[in-house]
Amino acid sequence: MPKRAEALRSQQAREGSPWTGLWAVVAKEMADHLTSARMRILEVLIVLTAAGTVYGAMKNLKETVGQDPFLFLKLYTTAQEPLPAFVGFLGFLVPLISIALAFDAVNGEFNRRTLSRVLAQPIYRDALLLGKFLAGLFTLSLVFTAIWLLLYGLGIFGLGLPPSAEEVGRSLWFLVATIFYGGIWLALAMVFSVVFRQPATAALASIAVWLFYTVFYEILASLLTGILSPIRYGLTEEILVQTNLNIFLSRLSPNTLYAEAMLALLHPTIRSLGLVMPIQMQGAVLGAPLPLSQSVLLIWPQLTGLIAATILLFALGYMLFQRQEIRA
Amino acid sequence: MSNLVIETRDLTKKYDGFVAVKGLNLSVKPGEVFGLLGPNGAGKTTTILMLLGLTEPTSGSVRVLDLDPARQPLSVKAHVGYLPEQVGFYDELTAYENLLYIAKLNGLSRQEANRRIDEALQRVQLTPVVNQRVGTFSRGMRQRLGVADVLIKQPQLIIMDEPTQGLDPERVREFLELIHVLKGEGITMLLSSHLLHQVQVVCDRVGLFRRGQMVLEGTVVELARQVLGGAYRIYLEAEGPANAINKALTSMPGAVNVRQLENNVYEVEAEHDIRAEAASTVVGAKGRLLKLDVKTQSLDDIYAKYFEEVGHAKAS
Repeated sequence: MPKRAEALRSQQAREGSPWTGLWAVVAKEMADHLTSARMRILEVLIVLTAAGTVYGAMKNLKETVGQDPFLFLKLYTTAQEPLPAFVGFLGFLVPLISIALAFDAVNGEFNRRTLSRVLAQPIYRDALLLGKFLAGLFTLSLVFTAIWLLLYGLGIFGLGLPPSAEEVGRSLWFLVATIFYGGIWLALAMVFSVVFRQPATAALASIAVWLFYTVFYEILASLLTGILSPIRYGLTEEILVQTNLNIFLSRLSPNTLYAEAMLALLHPTIRSLGLVMPIQMQGAVLGAPLPLSQSVLLIWPQLTGLIAATILLFALGYMLFQRQEIRA
Repeated sequence: MSNLVIETRDLTKKYDGFVAVKGLNLSVKPGEVFGLLGPNGAGKTTTILMLLGLTEPTSGSVRVLDLDPARQPLSVKAHVGYLPEQVGFYDELTAYENLLYIAKLNGLSRQEANRRIDEALQRVQLTPVVNQRVGTFSRGMRQRLGVADVLIKQPQLIIMDEPTQGLDPERVREFLELIHVLKGEGITMLLSSHLLHQVQVVCDRVGLFRRGQMVLEGTVVELARQVLGGAYRIYLEAEGPANAINKALTSMPGAVNVRQLENNVYEVEAEHDIRAEAASTVVGAKGRLLKLDVKTQSLDDIYAKYFEEVGHAKAS
């Protein structure tokens, strides 16, 4: 009997690993990304942004050197009119870069008629899609790490101070959050590249989703809050329920998750991202910074949320791609 | 163990109610060049995709190189080369880079890949443009690069979908020559095409596709006999008593049909080459034989005749 079961299983199971050829795809796609004109433009854009905002921040910070224990983190968050802070720029540069890397991932292969030729090689579709996604994620990591190092260089050069270990740790966590925030948009653009045959349509759809979350989602969230839990008698409990609902709804947006992660990591004095009752503040020393581990604990849900959303979106794209007929 | 390279039994594929391939029984022997012929949309490409495991059959069974493409796609795809219709390449990469990617996907080492790429490019005479971007290639060069791409994995079976489409006559001739050379090396090939006269030259056997079904199968001569009655058409020009000549030719053994085309021109459809007999028959009927010619049937005739008949049958 076990022999038969085994024979049956081997008959049903697909032969070999689904990841055969994965690294060949990753290497090729990364080489494409890094040499493409599209990437050059984005690199110039992001380097300009970094240099511009850090220069602005430094002009501000030079006056307060020595008064702030977290000077380096201020490089990210200090704005100098008319430029917003570096993190403000990141909020829309990250989605832009991610979408640019992935919006033509699958439909581009269709339109160049390379898909059937590549899939006729001894690999599974799994390897092709995951390879493209990983290549995008690695490219994002590479670019953001380079920017991160650039900021440090500029910071040491301009401020004349080395960063503390705590600051390095915080900004490293921030880097991780940024990469997975990018991962969400990368996976989303990839889903659209499977769904739409025209790359332009896929790009537009991705940007539409991004605009929806950036501009309209907050309005929609507060509107929904008002409808779902209206304040009838003005009781404290009602206000509490409503505020919590509003926070919950707005956290369904990747932008909120990322903004909260950014806030807690780059501002060590932030101790809570939700409602705080006066009773909970008893004994707290206001304005005292949290240690890194506590800040990470604070944004742990946000961070896992970002990663989970990335994985879910990738799984959706994966499912759609597996079912797609490849005939051009 | 069957010794067939491709074997399908009652292979059927349906797309939401539409039947693309219906009850296909196809067998291709080792070393054979088989032509899948039929108009666009007859189910040729769907059949090919099922052979490669790129689409799952709705019902029926497929064996390619004695493997099941749906369950063992990696082994099948490692030994079967596929040249898709209007093959595409990464335009921004060079010919070498394009082939290197394919070699890597096949798990070849860098050294082995380089050796095979050199060899394949030499075979298709693209060595001089190895480091040129594919974006600059002409249609014919792309097609040849497609063949090089297939040769990288040293396949036992090559499947080509409409390989001569969009090529000018000179390129077509070159391409068919290349197929001929590959055939000489013992590689089994399956070609799909709707350009019959081109494929006829290189195919050992052909199968005629219509609405997802293989309606005719065999060598070109066999098909001619089936569809046109005679595989040979003999043209005679003879002066003399028309009635007597006509009668004598008709009663000749092997003659299927005799028609008088012009005053002194007769057409004899025959199952085999009976030129010598026809000549003596004409002389025997007191005719003066002026000209004798034979024409073997082309696939185009078969095709036209077959679909004409089917069309008529449907109309009535």
